Amino acid sequence: MTANGTGPLLDSYRQVETPEGVELGLRIAGPPARFLAWVADTLIRFAAYIILSMPMALLGRTGAGLLLLLLFASEWLYPVLFEVRWRGATPGKRWLGLQVVQDDGTPVTWGPSMLRNLLRFVDFLPFGYGVGLAAMLVHPEFKRLGDLAAGTVVVHVDPAATGQGVVAAPPVPPPVPLSSAEQAAVVGFAERLPRWGRERAEEIAAGAEPLTGTTGPAAVERLLGMANWLLGRR
Amino acid sequence: MSREAFERRHAGDWRRAETLLGELEAGRRSAAAADLPPLYRRVCQHLALVRDRGYGADLEGRLNRLALRGHEQLYRRSGGVSRRHFADFLGRDFPAAVRREWRLVLASTLLFVAPLLASGFAVYHRPELVYALMPAEQVRSFEEMYQPDGEVVREADSDFLMFGFYVRNNVGIAFRTFAGGAAFGLGTVFFLVLNGLFAGAAGGYLTGAGLGGTFYTFVIAHAALELTAIVLAGAAGLRLGLALIAPGRATRRQALLAAARGSLDLVYGMALMLLGAAFVEAFWSSATELPDAVRYGAGAALWVAVLAYLLLAGRGLQRSA
Repeated sequence: MTANGTGPLLDSYRQVETPEGVELGLRIAGPPARFLAWVADTLIRFAAYIILSMPMALLGRTGAGLLLLLLFASEWLYPVLFEVRWRGATPGKRWLGLQVVQDDGTPVTWGPSMLRNLLRFVDFLPFGYGVGLAAMLVHPEFKRLGDLAAGTVVVHVDPAATGQGVVAAPPVPPPVPLSSAEQAAVVGFAERLPRWGRERAEEIAAGAEPLTGTTGPAAVERLLGMANWLLGRR
Repeated sequence: MSREAFERRHAGDWRRAETLLGELEAGRRSAAAADLPPLYRRVCQHLALVRDRGYGADLEGRLNRLALRGHEQLYRRSGGVSRRHFADFLGRDFPAAVRREWRLVLASTLLFVAPLLASGFAVYHRPELVYALMPAEQVRSFEEMYQPDGEVVREADSDFLMFGFYVRNNVGIAFRTFAGGAAFGLGTVFFLVLNGLFAGAAGGYLTGAGLGGTFYTFVIAHAALELTAIVLAGAAGLRLGLALIAPGRATRRQALLAAARGSLDLVYGMALMLLGAAFVEAFWSSATELPDAVRYGAGAALWVAVLAYLLLAGRGLQRSA
């Protein structure tokens, strides 16, 4: 969520300007989600290998040769295939709701995908993605070396709309005209209200005391009312 | 205009966009696909309005997601590799890339050949040095493999097994040599030197043990593809390393990005060469029933062909836009 006219935000939310002149928001994914996706992918590859090795054993040496080729493909090519042909996500990433996109928000193509996956080797050093993790923690967009070389970034795919929206309440007009940033803050408070406990909501509403003129539950009510008014439910 | 009125007015458009995008993402061809560009532009407009008027994060999130999905459908680049593409790559882009990076190819060659010759001569004169590089069992298996007497003709299916083994082993090494370049070039240097030492030691030891005839007839053919491919992998890796060590006017990030994109031609080409080398090594090199002269001749011819290809193919052809 951005607010007009404020300084840089401490967020993993990045905006990409499109040719249509609008800015699309990308939520950059951090190391924990990516690590889990990698674990899931490794397990999937391991399971596929086990499942496929049984019929291969029946084919004797040809089967063994096929199995080696399969191992090679799963080590180096498995992520590339999925990233390019399956909308930027391997099965592990899809399960975690992640997606690989290029810096400008467009889907990955063969070149960048190959690069980022070939450089996994360096990112994996000395063990368990040590170098990759260090790079991710240093870079503002959680890019590992492979991402840097390929110009890609891993983002969260926004889940389908979860918005319950703002709870209906008797509209209360604000006592003074509010700037758009302040309006966004009031509406944002009302949207997040269901997620907070009562004390937390009052604690936050206390910060708007100059606006509401009270504290405690009444302040929460007033802010909710103002949010309803701002949204046009008058 | 209030948010409710805004939503009421435009909900139809958003629903249509969602259905259309759902169909396109599932890979189904939609009759209404031509509606996507104007729908997408309208959604972008609405998104900008929602942001500007502060209508709420949930609506903004919904429209943002819709716009991202539309953006993905409209701006995907045609990533397909057509036959013409491939022919252009083999006939012109790849050899031209090799010639363009000739300095790095030269450096990579030196980093590979110098240790190779050094260890070769050292092990030839002092065979016990080979154990510094290889465990004893491996040396023994080498000796057994290259005995001149009655090499068992491999059955067809164990040829395929060896093919799989060579692909996995050699292409893996080459990829690691390339990837090591991202560590300021140190990984590439390490792999080139190590592989050179190893190859030289094997050659030196076997020549010293009198098994040189078997060994060279075996390796000469596929070495034309394999050794050159390793050198090219090294050149590509050195290009990455150089971008990090001496980025010139660009930042290191930009230099790495540009170098990586530029080295892709080399990477694809050397992977194909190694595929060919594995093929030759698995299905041709063990044909001991052929006379030595034929095998040496074929090997030499392959060397000439590879070098001629890299030096001459595609010269003077314009790169299309």
